[in-house]
Amino acid sequence: MAPHSSQLKSASRTVHVRNLIRRFATKTILDRVDLDIAEGEFVALLGRSGSGKSTFLKALAGLDYDVEGTGTLEIPDNLSVVFQDARLLPWRTVIQNVTLGLPGAVGQEAGRKALAEVGLEGREAAWPNQLSGGEQQRVALARSLVRQPSLLLADEPFGALDALTRLKMHDLLRELCARHRPAVLLVTHDVDEAISLADRILVLDEGHLIEDLQIDLPTPRDHGDPRFAKIRTQLLGRLGVDTPRRRAA
Amino acid sequence: MATIWDADEAKSSRSSSRESAYTVPAVARPVTSRNRRKLGPGPAIPFGLQMGPALLVLFWVAGSAFGWIDPRILSAPWTVIEAFGRLIEQGRLQDNFVTSATRALLGLSIGLVIGTILAVTAGLSRIGEALIDGPVQIKRAIPTLALIPLLILWFGIGEGMKVTTIALAVIIPIYIHTHNALRSIDSRYVELAETLRMSQKDFIVQVVLPGALPGFLLGLRFAVTLCWVSLVVVEQINATSGLGYMIELARNYGQTDVILVGLVVYVLLGLVSDGLVRLLERRVLSWRRTLAS
Repeated sequence: MAPHSSQLKSASRTVHVRNLIRRFATKTILDRVDLDIAEGEFVALLGRSGSGKSTFLKALAGLDYDVEGTGTLEIPDNLSVVFQDARLLPWRTVIQNVTLGLPGAVGQEAGRKALAEVGLEGREAAWPNQLSGGEQQRVALARSLVRQPSLLLADEPFGALDALTRLKMHDLLRELCARHRPAVLLVTHDVDEAISLADRILVLDEGHLIEDLQIDLPTPRDHGDPRFAKIRTQLLGRLGVDTPRRRAA
Repeated sequence: MATIWDADEAKSSRSSSRESAYTVPAVARPVTSRNRRKLGPGPAIPFGLQMGPALLVLFWVAGSAFGWIDPRILSAPWTVIEAFGRLIEQGRLQDNFVTSATRALLGLSIGLVIGTILAVTAGLSRIGEALIDGPVQIKRAIPTLALIPLLILWFGIGEGMKVTTIALAVIIPIYIHTHNALRSIDSRYVELAETLRMSQKDFIVQVVLPGALPGFLLGLRFAVTLCWVSLVVVEQINATSGLGYMIELARNYGQTDVILVGLVVYVLLGLVSDGLVRLLERRVLSWRRTLAS
Protein backbone atom coordinates (compact mmCIF):
# COMPACT_ATOMS: atom_id res chain seq x y z
CA MET A 1 0.00 0.00 0.00
CA ALA A 2 1.31 3.44 -0.91
CA PRO A 3 1.70 5.98 1.86
CA HIS A 4 -0.76 8.84 1.99
CA SER A 5 0.16 11.93 0.04
CA SER A 6 0.83 14.23 2.98
CA GLN A 7 3.34 11.83 4.53
CA LEU A 8 5.45 11.32 1.40
CA LYS A 9 9.14 12.05 1.69
CA SER A 10 10.62 13.87 -1.27
CA ALA A 11 12.90 10.93 -2.10
CA SER A 12 10.11 8.46 -2.77
CA ARG A 13 7.69 10.71 -4.58
CA THR A 14 7.50 11.18 -8.29
CA VAL A 15 5.03 14.04 -8.51
CA HIS A 16 4.77 16.96 -6.14
CA VAL A 17 2.11 19.61 -6.76
CA ARG A 18 1.27 22.49 -4.46
CA ASN A 19 -1.21 25.32 -4.84
CA LEU A 20 -1.75 24.71 -8.51
CA ILE A 21 -4.00 27.35 -10.03
CA ARG A 22 -5.09 27.44 -13.66
CA ARG A 23 -7.40 30.02 -15.16
CA PHE A 24 -9.12 30.56 -18.49
CA ALA A 25 -10.09 34.21 -18.71
CA THR A 26 -12.09 34.82 -15.52
CA LYS A 27 -12.98 31.19 -14.87
CA THR A 28 -10.77 29.34 -12.39
CA ILE A 29 -10.39 25.78 -13.63
CA LEU A 30 -7.99 24.52 -10.96
CA ASP A 31 -8.14 26.17 -7.57
CA ARG A 32 -5.12 25.51 -5.30
CA VAL A 33 -4.76 21.82 -6.05
CA ASP A 34 -2.21 19.79 -4.02
CA LEU A 35 -1.11 16.31 -5.05
CA ASP A 36 1.76 13.92 -4.38
CA ILE A 37 2.21 10.70 -6.28
CA ALA A 38 4.62 8.09 -4.95
CA GLU A 39 7.03 6.10 -7.10
CA GLY A 40 5.17 3.39 -8.92
CA GLU A 41 1.82 4.49 -7.57
CA PHE A 42 -1.22 4.19 -9.83
CA VAL A 43 -3.56 7.13 -9.31
CA ALA A 44 -6.85 7.59 -11.11
CA LEU A 45 -8.42 11.02 -11.42
CA LEU A 46 -12.18 11.07 -11.77
CA GLY A 47 -14.34 14.02 -12.57
CA ARG A 48 -17.36 15.12 -14.53
CA SER A 49 -16.74 16.78 -17.86
CA GLY A 50 -15.64 20.33 -17.26
CA SER A 51 -14.29 19.52 -13.82
CA GLY A 52 -10.78 20.47 -14.88
CA LYS A 53 -9.24 17.01 -15.08
CA SER A 54 -7.85 17.46 -18.58
CA THR A 55 -6.49 20.88 -17.63
CA PHE A 56 -4.76 19.25 -14.67
CA LEU A 57 -3.18 16.57 -16.83
CA LYS A 58 -2.07 19.15 -19.39
CA ALA A 59 -0.46 21.16 -16.62
CA LEU A 60 1.47 18.09 -15.46
CA ALA A 61 2.49 17.27 -19.03
CA GLY A 62 3.68 20.83 -19.55
CA LEU A 63 1.33 21.30 -22.48
CA ASP A 64 -0.60 24.32 -21.19
CA TYR A 65 1.41 27.18 -22.65
CA ASP A 66 -1.31 29.73 -23.07
CA VAL A 67 -3.05 29.03 -19.78
CA GLU A 68 -2.71 31.51 -16.99
CA GLY A 69 -1.78 30.15 -13.58
CA THR A 70 0.64 29.65 -10.69
CA GLY A 71 1.79 26.91 -8.39
CA THR A 72 4.63 24.53 -7.56
CA LEU A 73 5.13 21.60 -9.91
CA GLU A 74 7.84 18.97 -9.45
CA ILE A 75 7.57 16.56 -12.35
CA PRO A 76 10.12 14.00 -13.54
CA ASP A 77 11.76 14.69 -16.88
CA ASN A 78 11.04 11.33 -18.39
CA LEU A 79 7.28 11.38 -18.47
CA SER A 80 5.13 9.88 -21.19
CA VAL A 81 1.64 10.83 -22.28
CA VAL A 82 -1.01 8.53 -23.69
CA PHE A 83 -3.80 10.50 -25.33
CA GLN A 84 -7.40 9.58 -25.90
CA ASP A 85 -6.70 9.14 -29.58
CA ALA A 86 -3.72 6.89 -30.29
CA ARG A 87 -2.11 9.82 -32.08
CA LEU A 88 0.06 7.77 -34.39
CA LEU A 89 1.66 9.44 -37.39
CA PRO A 90 -0.17 7.82 -40.32
CA TRP A 91 2.87 8.21 -42.59
CA ARG A 92 5.17 6.27 -40.29
CA THR A 93 5.07 2.50 -39.82
CA VAL A 94 4.14 1.01 -36.47
CA ILE A 95 7.76 0.51 -35.38
CA GLN A 96 8.72 4.01 -36.56
CA ASN A 97 5.88 5.41 -34.50
CA VAL A 98 7.05 3.55 -31.42
CA THR A 99 10.65 4.69 -31.77
CA LEU A 100 9.81 8.25 -32.84
CA GLY A 101 12.65 10.54 -31.88
CA LEU A 102 14.78 7.76 -30.37
CA PRO A 103 18.31 7.26 -31.66
CA GLY A 104 18.95 4.48 -34.20
CA ALA A 105 19.72 0.87 -33.39
CA VAL A 106 19.08 1.01 -29.64
CA GLY A 107 15.63 2.39 -30.29
CA GLN A 108 14.89 -0.29 -32.89
CA GLU A 109 15.60 -3.13 -30.50
CA ALA A 110 13.71 -1.55 -27.63
CA GLY A 111 10.82 -0.70 -29.92
CA ARG A 112 10.54 -4.28 -31.11
CA LYS A 113 10.50 -5.48 -27.51
CA ALA A 114 7.87 -2.94 -26.49
CA LEU A 115 5.66 -4.00 -29.41
CA ALA A 116 6.00 -7.63 -28.38
CA GLU A 117 4.97 -6.65 -24.86
CA VAL A 118 1.71 -5.15 -26.06
CA GLY A 119 1.07 -8.22 -28.22
CA LEU A 120 1.86 -6.70 -31.60
CA GLU A 121 4.86 -8.78 -32.54
CA GLY A 122 5.20 -9.05 -36.29
CA ARG A 123 3.19 -5.90 -37.01
CA GLU A 124 6.24 -3.62 -37.06
CA ALA A 125 5.98 -2.81 -40.75
CA ALA A 126 2.21 -2.19 -40.81
CA TRP A 127 0.76 1.29 -41.31
CA PRO A 128 -1.36 2.66 -38.44
CA ASN A 129 -4.39 2.78 -40.75
CA GLN A 130 -4.26 -0.97 -41.06
CA LEU A 131 -4.75 -1.49 -37.33
CA SER A 132 -7.97 -1.53 -35.34
CA GLY A 133 -8.65 1.13 -32.72
CA GLY A 134 -7.52 -1.13 -29.89
CA GLU A 135 -4.33 -2.11 -31.70
CA GLN A 136 -3.54 1.54 -32.40
CA GLN A 137 -3.90 2.35 -28.72
CA ARG A 138 -1.59 -0.56 -27.91
CA VAL A 139 1.01 0.93 -30.24
CA ALA A 140 0.61 4.20 -28.34
CA LEU A 141 1.22 2.31 -25.09
CA ALA A 142 4.35 0.73 -26.57
CA ARG A 143 5.51 4.18 -27.67
CA SER A 144 5.20 5.37 -24.07
CA LEU A 145 6.79 2.29 -22.50
CA VAL A 146 9.83 2.24 -24.73
CA ARG A 147 10.91 5.50 -23.12
CA GLN A 148 10.98 3.89 -19.63
CA PRO A 149 8.95 6.71 -18.11
CA SER A 150 8.93 7.27 -14.37
CA LEU A 151 5.59 9.02 -14.84
CA LEU A 152 2.87 7.93 -17.23
CA LEU A 153 0.07 10.43 -17.86
CA ALA A 154 -2.99 8.98 -19.54
CA ASP A 155 -5.88 11.17 -20.68
CA GLU A 156 -8.92 8.91 -21.03
CA PRO A 157 -6.81 6.50 -23.06
CA PHE A 158 -9.59 3.96 -23.53
CA GLY A 159 -12.46 6.39 -23.95
CA ALA A 160 -12.73 5.81 -27.69
CA LEU A 161 -12.66 2.02 -27.51
CA ASP A 162 -15.56 -0.39 -27.36
CA ALA A 163 -16.41 -1.99 -24.02
CA LEU A 164 -14.85 -5.39 -24.71
CA THR A 165 -11.61 -3.96 -26.05
CA ARG A 166 -11.50 -1.63 -23.08
CA LEU A 167 -11.58 -4.55 -20.62
CA LYS A 168 -8.71 -6.22 -22.44
CA MET A 169 -6.76 -2.99 -22.40
CA HIS A 170 -7.28 -2.71 -18.63
CA ASP A 171 -5.63 -6.09 -18.16
CA LEU A 172 -2.79 -5.10 -20.45
CA LEU A 173 -2.21 -1.77 -18.73
CA ARG A 174 -2.30 -3.37 -15.26
CA GLU A 175 0.21 -5.99 -16.37
CA LEU A 176 2.54 -3.45 -17.99
CA CYS A 177 2.45 -1.16 -14.97
CA ALA A 178 3.15 -4.05 -12.62
CA ARG A 179 6.24 -4.88 -14.68
CA HIS A 180 7.62 -1.40 -15.33
CA ARG A 181 6.37 0.33 -12.19
CA PRO A 182 5.96 3.89 -13.49
CA ALA A 183 3.90 6.29 -11.42
CA VAL A 184 0.61 6.67 -13.28
CA LEU A 185 -1.98 9.37 -13.41
CA LEU A 186 -5.00 8.07 -15.29
CA VAL A 187 -7.65 10.63 -16.10
CA THR A 188 -11.00 9.00 -16.70
CA HIS A 189 -14.71 9.44 -16.25
CA ASP A 190 -15.27 5.69 -15.99
CA VAL A 191 -15.65 4.82 -12.29
CA ASP A 192 -15.27 1.06 -12.84
CA GLU A 193 -12.10 1.62 -14.85
CA ALA A 194 -10.67 3.68 -12.00
CA ILE A 195 -11.56 1.11 -9.32
CA SER A 196 -10.25 -1.86 -11.26
CA LEU A 197 -6.89 -0.23 -12.04
CA ALA A 198 -5.89 2.31 -9.41
CA ASP A 199 -4.16 2.20 -6.03
CA ARG A 200 -5.73 5.52 -5.22
CA ILE A 201 -8.62 7.47 -6.63
CA LEU A 202 -9.05 11.22 -6.66
CA VAL A 203 -12.21 13.08 -7.52
CA LEU A 204 -11.93 16.54 -8.99
CA ASP A 205 -14.92 18.85 -8.81
CA GLU A 206 -14.98 22.48 -9.90
CA GLY A 207 -11.23 22.78 -9.52
CA HIS A 208 -10.95 21.14 -6.09
CA LEU A 209 -9.88 17.64 -5.17
CA ILE A 210 -12.86 16.56 -3.10
CA GLU A 211 -11.93 12.91 -2.61
CA ASP A 212 -8.69 11.00 -2.05
CA LEU A 213 -9.50 7.34 -1.65
CA GLN A 214 -7.05 4.51 -1.10
CA ILE A 215 -8.21 1.29 -2.83
CA ASP A 216 -7.05 -1.77 -0.92
CA LEU A 217 -8.84 -4.46 -2.89
CA PRO A 218 -6.68 -7.36 -4.09
CA THR A 219 -5.86 -7.41 -7.84
CA PRO A 220 -7.16 -8.50 -10.28
CA ARG A 221 -10.31 -6.89 -9.02
CA ASP A 222 -13.69 -8.52 -9.30
CA HIS A 223 -16.49 -6.19 -10.38
CA GLY A 224 -18.94 -8.42 -8.51
CA ASP A 225 -17.11 -8.02 -5.19
CA PRO A 226 -19.42 -6.21 -2.71
CA ARG A 227 -16.50 -3.99 -1.63
CA PHE A 228 -16.07 -2.98 -5.29
CA ALA A 229 -19.75 -2.07 -5.45
CA LYS A 230 -19.49 -0.08 -2.24
CA ILE A 231 -16.59 1.98 -3.52
CA ARG A 232 -18.42 2.54 -6.77
CA THR A 233 -21.49 3.83 -4.95
CA GLN A 234 -19.35 6.10 -2.80
CA LEU A 235 -17.51 7.54 -5.82
CA LEU A 236 -20.65 7.98 -7.88
CA GLY A 237 -22.09 9.91 -4.98
CA ARG A 238 -19.08 12.22 -4.96
CA LEU A 239 -19.58 12.69 -8.70
CA GLY A 240 -23.17 13.72 -8.11
CA VAL A 241 -24.74 10.56 -9.53
CA ASP A 242 -27.30 8.92 -7.27
CA THR A 243 -27.45 5.14 -7.50
CA PRO A 244 -30.67 3.30 -6.60
CA ARG A 245 -29.13 1.98 -3.38
CA ARG A 246 -28.21 5.45 -2.18
CA ARG A 247 -31.65 6.73 -2.97
CA ALA A 248 -33.21 3.90 -0.99
CA ALA A 249 -30.96 4.60 1.98
CA MET B 1 -6.78 -8.56 -39.34
CA ALA B 2 -5.59 -8.02 -42.88
CA THR B 3 -1.97 -7.20 -43.45
CA ILE B 4 -1.54 -5.43 -46.74
CA TRP B 5 -4.88 -5.39 -48.40
CA ASP B 6 -5.71 -3.87 -51.70
CA ALA B 7 -8.51 -1.40 -52.09
CA ASP B 8 -11.26 -3.76 -53.20
CA GLU B 9 -10.62 -6.33 -50.53
CA ALA B 10 -10.63 -3.68 -47.86
CA LYS B 11 -13.92 -2.33 -49.10
CA SER B 12 -15.68 -5.65 -49.29
CA SER B 13 -14.45 -6.88 -45.93
CA ARG B 14 -15.50 -3.65 -44.29
CA SER B 15 -18.97 -3.58 -45.77
CA SER B 16 -19.64 -7.22 -44.99
CA SER B 17 -18.60 -6.84 -41.38
CA ARG B 18 -20.85 -3.82 -41.09
CA GLU B 19 -23.77 -5.76 -42.46
CA SER B 20 -23.33 -8.59 -40.03
CA ALA B 21 -22.99 -6.18 -37.13
CA TYR B 22 -25.89 -3.85 -37.77
CA THR B 23 -28.41 -5.47 -40.05
CA VAL B 24 -30.72 -7.57 -37.95
CA PRO B 25 -33.69 -8.38 -40.18
CA ALA B 26 -36.94 -8.62 -38.25
CA VAL B 27 -38.42 -11.09 -40.69
CA ALA B 28 -36.33 -13.72 -42.42
CA ARG B 29 -36.40 -13.17 -46.15
CA PRO B 30 -34.72 -15.15 -48.88
CA VAL B 31 -31.41 -13.72 -49.97
CA THR B 32 -31.02 -14.34 -53.64
CA SER B 33 -27.51 -13.07 -54.19
CA ARG B 34 -25.03 -10.94 -52.31
CA ASN B 35 -26.76 -7.83 -51.06
CA ARG B 36 -26.33 -4.89 -53.37
CA ARG B 37 -26.28 -1.33 -52.18
CA LYS B 38 -29.52 0.38 -53.14
CA LEU B 39 -28.35 3.97 -52.92
CA GLY B 40 -25.39 5.38 -54.80
CA PRO B 41 -24.47 5.11 -58.47
CA GLY B 42 -24.07 1.31 -58.44
CA PRO B 43 -21.11 -0.87 -59.39
CA ALA B 44 -18.38 0.40 -61.70
CA ILE B 45 -18.72 -0.39 -65.43
CA PRO B 46 -15.73 -2.22 -66.90
CA PHE B 47 -13.66 0.18 -69.06
CA GLY B 48 -16.08 2.93 -68.02
CA LEU B 49 -13.45 5.63 -68.22
CA GLN B 50 -12.49 4.71 -71.78
CA MET B 51 -16.08 4.78 -73.02
CA GLY B 52 -16.52 8.52 -73.52
CA PRO B 53 -13.33 9.06 -75.52
CA ALA B 54 -14.00 5.92 -77.59
CA LEU B 55 -17.45 7.24 -78.49
CA LEU B 56 -15.96 10.58 -79.56
CA VAL B 57 -13.43 8.84 -81.83
CA LEU B 58 -16.25 6.74 -83.23
CA PHE B 59 -18.22 9.88 -84.15
CA TRP B 60 -15.10 11.33 -85.73
CA VAL B 61 -14.49 8.21 -87.84
CA ALA B 62 -18.14 7.94 -88.86
CA GLY B 63 -18.44 11.64 -89.60
CA SER B 64 -15.38 11.63 -91.83
CA ALA B 65 -16.30 8.37 -93.57
CA PHE B 66 -19.82 9.49 -94.45
CA GLY B 67 -18.70 12.96 -95.47
CA TRP B 68 -20.58 14.78 -92.68
CA ILE B 69 -17.43 16.57 -91.61
CA ASP B 70 -15.70 18.96 -94.01
CA PRO B 71 -12.00 17.94 -94.08
CA ARG B 72 -11.06 21.64 -94.06
CA ILE B 73 -12.73 21.93 -90.63
CA LEU B 74 -11.54 18.62 -89.21
CA SER B 75 -9.30 16.17 -91.06
CA ALA B 76 -10.28 12.52 -91.14
CA PRO B 77 -8.57 10.25 -88.60
CA TRP B 78 -6.68 8.41 -91.32
CA THR B 79 -5.39 11.70 -92.77
CA VAL B 80 -4.12 12.58 -89.32
CA ILE B 81 -2.40 9.20 -89.03
CA GLU B 82 -0.83 9.78 -92.46
CA ALA B 83 0.36 13.20 -91.36
CA PHE B 84 1.76 11.58 -88.25
CA GLY B 85 3.80 9.17 -90.34
CA ARG B 86 4.91 11.90 -92.73
CA LEU B 87 6.02 14.22 -89.92
CA ILE B 88 7.99 11.43 -88.26
CA GLU B 89 9.58 10.51 -91.58
CA GLN B 90 10.68 14.09 -92.11
CA GLY B 91 11.95 14.19 -88.53
CA ARG B 92 9.92 17.33 -87.83
CA LEU B 93 7.75 15.77 -85.12
CA GLN B 94 10.68 14.34 -83.14
CA ASP B 95 12.68 17.57 -83.37
CA ASN B 96 9.80 19.74 -82.28
CA PHE B 97 8.84 17.29 -79.58
CA VAL B 98 12.34 17.24 -78.09
CA THR B 99 12.48 21.05 -78.15
CA SER B 100 9.11 21.33 -76.43
CA ALA B 101 9.78 18.62 -73.87
CA THR B 102 13.13 20.19 -72.97
CA ARG B 103 11.49 23.58 -72.40
CA ALA B 104 8.70 22.07 -70.34
CA LEU B 105 10.94 19.89 -68.20
CA LEU B 106 13.45 22.66 -67.61
CA GLY B 107 10.73 25.12 -66.64
CA LEU B 108 9.00 22.55 -64.47
CA SER B 109 12.19 21.56 -62.65
CA ILE B 110 13.24 25.13 -61.95
CA GLY B 111 9.75 26.11 -60.83
CA LEU B 112 9.50 23.00 -58.69
CA VAL B 113 12.72 23.67 -56.85
CA ILE B 114 12.01 27.37 -56.32
CA GLY B 115 8.38 26.77 -55.35
CA THR B 116 9.33 24.09 -52.82
CA ILE B 117 12.10 26.19 -51.27
CA LEU B 118 9.76 29.18 -50.96
CA ALA B 119 6.98 27.06 -49.47
CA VAL B 120 9.23 25.36 -46.92
CA THR B 121 10.83 28.67 -45.92
CA ALA B 122 7.46 30.37 -45.54
CA GLY B 123 5.91 27.32 -43.92
CA LEU B 124 8.55 26.80 -41.25
CA SER B 125 9.46 30.35 -40.25
CA ARG B 126 7.43 33.42 -39.48
CA ILE B 127 10.02 35.74 -41.05
CA GLY B 128 9.99 33.59 -44.18
CA GLU B 129 6.23 33.82 -44.33
CA ALA B 130 6.27 37.58 -43.81
CA LEU B 131 8.72 38.07 -46.67
CA ILE B 132 7.54 35.44 -49.13
CA ASP B 133 3.81 34.89 -48.83
CA GLY B 134 2.74 38.38 -49.91
CA PRO B 135 4.79 38.56 -53.11
CA VAL B 136 3.71 35.05 -54.12
CA GLN B 137 0.04 35.96 -53.61
CA ILE B 138 0.58 39.05 -55.77
CA LYS B 139 2.26 36.98 -58.46
CA ARG B 140 -0.64 34.58 -58.26
CA ALA B 141 -3.06 37.37 -59.10
CA ILE B 142 -1.18 38.22 -62.31
CA PRO B 143 -2.06 35.97 -65.25
CA THR B 144 1.06 34.38 -66.73
CA LEU B 145 0.07 35.61 -70.17
CA ALA B 146 0.13 39.20 -68.96
CA LEU B 147 3.74 38.84 -67.85
CA ILE B 148 4.99 37.76 -71.26
CA PRO B 149 5.53 41.26 -72.72
CA LEU B 150 7.70 42.17 -69.73
CA LEU B 151 9.58 38.87 -69.90
CA ILE B 152 10.24 39.43 -73.61
CA LEU B 153 11.76 42.84 -72.80
CA TRP B 154 13.91 41.27 -70.08
CA PHE B 155 14.93 37.99 -71.66
CA GLY B 156 14.35 38.52 -75.39
CA ILE B 157 12.38 35.97 -77.34
CA GLY B 158 14.79 33.08 -76.84
CA GLU B 159 14.68 30.03 -74.64
CA GLY B 160 15.30 32.04 -71.47
CA MET B 161 11.97 33.81 -71.77
CA LYS B 162 10.10 30.58 -72.46
CA VAL B 163 11.62 28.61 -69.60
CA THR B 164 11.15 31.53 -67.20
CA THR B 165 7.48 31.86 -68.13
CA ILE B 166 6.88 28.17 -67.49
CA ALA B 167 8.83 28.22 -64.22
CA LEU B 168 6.93 31.27 -62.98
CA ALA B 169 3.63 29.56 -63.71
CA VAL B 170 4.69 26.33 -62.01
CA ILE B 171 5.91 27.99 -58.81
CA ILE B 172 2.41 29.05 -57.83
CA PRO B 173 0.57 25.73 -57.37
CA ILE B 174 3.63 24.10 -55.82
CA TYR B 175 3.96 26.95 -53.35
CA ILE B 176 0.27 27.28 -52.50
CA HIS B 177 -0.38 23.61 -51.85
CA THR B 178 2.89 22.83 -50.08
CA HIS B 179 2.67 25.91 -47.91
CA ASN B 180 -0.93 25.18 -47.04
CA ALA B 181 -0.09 21.57 -46.15
CA LEU B 182 2.84 22.66 -43.98
CA ARG B 183 0.65 25.12 -42.13
CA SER B 184 -2.21 22.72 -41.58
CA ILE B 185 -0.20 20.00 -39.83
CA ASP B 186 -2.48 18.81 -37.06
CA SER B 187 -1.67 20.56 -33.78
CA ARG B 188 -2.19 17.23 -32.03
CA TYR B 189 0.98 16.00 -33.70
CA VAL B 190 2.85 19.05 -32.47
CA GLU B 191 1.66 18.23 -28.95
CA LEU B 192 2.80 14.64 -29.42
CA ALA B 193 6.23 15.71 -30.64
CA GLU B 194 6.56 17.91 -27.56
CA THR B 195 5.70 15.14 -25.12
CA LEU B 196 8.15 12.85 -26.91
CA ARG B 197 10.79 15.57 -26.55
CA MET B 198 11.60 15.39 -30.25
CA SER B 199 14.32 17.68 -31.52
CA GLN B 200 13.47 20.47 -33.98
CA LYS B 201 15.22 18.52 -36.72
CA ASP B 202 13.39 15.26 -35.98
CA PHE B 203 10.12 17.15 -35.81
CA ILE B 204 10.63 18.68 -39.25
CA VAL B 205 11.96 15.52 -40.88
CA GLN B 206 9.54 13.02 -39.36
CA VAL B 207 6.38 15.01 -38.77
CA VAL B 208 6.19 18.20 -40.81
CA LEU B 209 7.68 17.26 -44.17
CA PRO B 210 6.04 13.83 -44.57
CA GLY B 211 2.79 15.33 -43.35
CA ALA B 212 2.99 17.99 -46.05
CA LEU B 213 3.86 15.54 -48.81
CA PRO B 214 0.26 14.95 -49.95
CA GLY B 215 -0.13 18.70 -50.40
CA PHE B 216 3.11 18.93 -52.34
CA LEU B 217 2.06 16.12 -54.66
CA LEU B 218 -1.31 17.75 -55.27
CA GLY B 219 0.55 20.93 -56.16
CA LEU B 220 2.78 18.91 -58.46
CA ARG B 221 -0.21 17.58 -60.37
CA PHE B 222 -1.51 21.10 -60.95
CA ALA B 223 2.01 22.22 -61.82
CA VAL B 224 2.47 19.57 -64.49
CA THR B 225 -0.79 20.52 -66.18
CA LEU B 226 0.06 24.20 -65.95
CA CYS B 227 3.50 23.56 -67.39
CA TRP B 228 2.01 22.20 -70.64
CA VAL B 229 -0.50 25.03 -70.81
CA SER B 230 2.24 27.65 -70.47
CA LEU B 231 4.31 25.78 -73.03
CA VAL B 232 1.55 26.13 -75.60
CA VAL B 233 1.26 29.83 -74.84
CA VAL B 234 4.96 30.62 -75.18
CA GLU B 235 5.40 28.45 -78.25
CA GLN B 236 2.66 30.17 -80.17
CA ILE B 237 4.29 33.54 -79.59
CA ASN B 238 7.60 34.23 -81.29
CA ALA B 239 8.76 30.63 -81.48
CA THR B 240 10.73 29.10 -84.33
CA SER B 241 10.64 25.53 -83.11
CA GLY B 242 8.55 23.27 -80.92
CA LEU B 243 5.12 21.71 -81.09
CA GLY B 244 3.34 25.03 -80.69
CA TYR B 245 5.34 26.47 -83.55
CA MET B 246 4.50 23.46 -85.68
CA ILE B 247 0.82 24.02 -84.97
CA GLU B 248 1.05 27.75 -85.72
CA LEU B 249 2.79 27.05 -88.99
CA ALA B 250 0.14 24.50 -89.96
CA ARG B 251 -2.55 27.08 -89.27
CA ASN B 252 -0.91 29.43 -91.78
CA TYR B 253 -1.06 26.73 -94.45
CA GLY B 254 -4.50 25.44 -93.42
CA GLN B 255 -3.14 21.98 -92.58
CA THR B 256 -5.78 20.71 -90.13
CA ASP B 257 -4.13 17.30 -90.05
CA VAL B 258 -0.86 18.67 -88.72
CA ILE B 259 -2.70 20.78 -86.15
CA LEU B 260 -4.46 17.62 -84.99
CA VAL B 261 -1.17 15.73 -84.78
CA GLY B 262 0.13 18.47 -82.49
CA LEU B 263 -3.00 18.37 -80.35
CA VAL B 264 -2.86 14.59 -80.03
CA VAL B 265 0.76 14.83 -78.87
CA TYR B 266 -0.24 17.46 -76.30
CA VAL B 267 -3.00 15.16 -75.05
CA LEU B 268 -0.61 12.24 -74.74
CA LEU B 269 1.97 14.39 -72.93
CA GLY B 270 -0.64 15.66 -70.51
CA LEU B 271 -2.06 12.23 -69.77
CA VAL B 272 1.32 10.52 -69.46
CA SER B 273 2.77 13.15 -67.13
CA ASP B 274 -0.35 13.16 -64.96
CA GLY B 275 -0.15 9.38 -64.82
CA LEU B 276 3.49 9.57 -63.77
CA VAL B 277 2.70 11.95 -60.92
CA ARG B 278 -0.13 9.69 -59.81
CA LEU B 279 2.19 6.70 -59.89
CA LEU B 280 4.63 8.66 -57.75
CA GLU B 281 1.77 9.53 -55.41
CA ARG B 282 0.82 5.86 -55.03
CA ARG B 283 4.41 4.97 -54.30
CA VAL B 284 5.17 7.71 -51.82
CA LEU B 285 1.78 7.80 -50.13
CA SER B 286 1.26 4.07 -49.83
CA TRP B 287 0.25 4.62 -46.20
CA ARG B 288 -2.86 6.39 -47.46
CA ARG B 289 -4.08 3.62 -49.68
CA THR B 290 -6.11 1.99 -46.95
CA LEU B 291 -7.93 5.26 -46.40
CA ALA B 292 -8.39 6.28 -50.01
CA SER B 293 -10.17 3.03 -50.78
